[in-house]
Amino acid sequence: MKRANEPIFWSLFGAGGVLSALLGPILILLTGIVAPVGLWMPPEAVGYPRMLAFAQSWCGKALLLAVISLFLWHAMHRIYHSLHDLGVHAGAGAATICYGFALAATLATAYLLLIIGF
Amino acid sequence: MSARKPYVRSMDGWWRRNPFFMRYMVREASAVFLAIYAVILLAGVFRLSQGAAAYEAWLAALRNPLAIVFHGIALLVVAYHAYTWWKVMPKTMPMLHVGGRRIPEMALSAVGWAATLAASLVVYVLVRGLS
Amino acid sequence: MADNTRTIEIEVLRYRPEQDQEPFYQTFSVPFADDWSVLQGLQYIKDDLDSSLSFRWSCRMAICGSCGYMIDGVPKLGCRTFLRHYYPHKVRVGPLENFPIERDLVVGIDDFIGKLEGIKPYIIPREPRTLEQGEYLQTPAQRDQYEQYSSCINCLLCYAACPQYGLNPGFTGPAALALLHRYNADSRDQGWEARQEVVNAEDGVWRCMLIGYCSEVCPKGVDPAHAINQNKVNSTLDYFGVLKFLLPKGAAK
Repeated sequence: MKRANEPIFWSLFGAGGVLSALLGPILILLTGIVAPVGLWMPPEAVGYPRMLAFAQSWCGKALLLAVISLFLWHAMHRIYHSLHDLGVHAGAGAATICYGFALAATLATAYLLLIIGF
Repeated sequence: MSARKPYVRSMDGWWRRNPFFMRYMVREASAVFLAIYAVILLAGVFRLSQGAAAYEAWLAALRNPLAIVFHGIALLVVAYHAYTWWKVMPKTMPMLHVGGRRIPEMALSAVGWAATLAASLVVYVLVRGLS
Repeated sequence: MADNTRTIEIEVLRYRPEQDQEPFYQTFSVPFADDWSVLQGLQYIKDDLDSSLSFRWSCRMAICGSCGYMIDGVPKLGCRTFLRHYYPHKVRVGPLENFPIERDLVVGIDDFIGKLEGIKPYIIPREPRTLEQGEYLQTPAQRDQYEQYSSCINCLLCYAACPQYGLNPGFTGPAALALLHRYNADSRDQGWEARQEVVNAEDGVWRCMLIGYCSEVCPKGVDPAHAINQNKVNSTLDYFGVLKFLLPKGAAK
């Protein structure tokens, strides 16, 4: 039997799973509800100057890249396997689209973080 | 000779037949919300790279009631992901013993749940505290 | 007859390959005593109502693994499930899911038997041991590492519980992989290399989506989900060529 290449994707899935289990809920709460509604948070907290400075720092870049990229590697792995659970047998095509999307998003984020400057 | 005629049953709708499987599908569906959220963040980074006006437009879009409702649902679903993630995490670990006694899986999961709470607190303090 | 005899409706799936195109449910009224198992209910049907009803059973005490059925949609052992828990509702008994139906409640398990043989279910030492070397020594802690995985009675409830097995019949499956892990985890065994092809294949541990229902239904506490998912880590370490540094004193080929 052929050795599966799953370990690569499973490792990314696992890293994204841990990161999203730790940070997913709080980030969604803060960026999606608290900041827009303005609860317990002054608007400057997510304002352009502060966010730009964050994205220009190495720490900020690392965090943004890790969150966006790993959340997507995790999600696309799960979505790809769930398609099969739902009776959609799209094989290699589906894998290319799902993982390709995660890869594209990773590269796009890295590029954007570079052009945002330091 | 052989009167055998094995009957193979269909798998259609298999996950609707048992509440255990329904909960599994909800867990798996959390990935969809996580993916959409990551794309929203990616859009934010993109708008950030385009300058202040573009970024403000992104912030304004997040203030749309539909966006807030989406994030409310996403919060619940991703919280369920976090809960189930730590719940099953011990299944990937070898058996651990302390002083001759097996460490129960619940204890390991509890460490995970505590880590989520701690990380959430740290992030909140950092985001709130530095303004 | 006991004075508290009640009657329960048992709805059993019937399928006679020589006369039926499709399976169908047939209902029987079964008088039962309070301590009757579902298996006893089936035996009453066969003895007194319809001798053509076919089902596997043997020990009546949850150790032979023969009497696995779907009872109200849940994989259970017939000898360990009691009619009183379903009364006054009717109880529906069907053949184990994810297996082809041969006749009534009897399913075809040839696939599983082949898989069991395929995982090399025996100690593979680094070198053969002579009689003069005496017995293997093993501490209780070493025994603890594999004992629960050795408790499997091959009842196949876990396969009936596993949708991935239903969707992918090539999947090695919970019980076979749990038994594989039982040997890998045994301190007397150094057979990782000999078994790794099964573990590392797409139809090995990687078919498992950690639904976890297999461990939920196992009557012996084997926890196949644990056995399989530990080996996802091992398989990953093996894939990146790192596992050999973690295996004790090298593995046998």
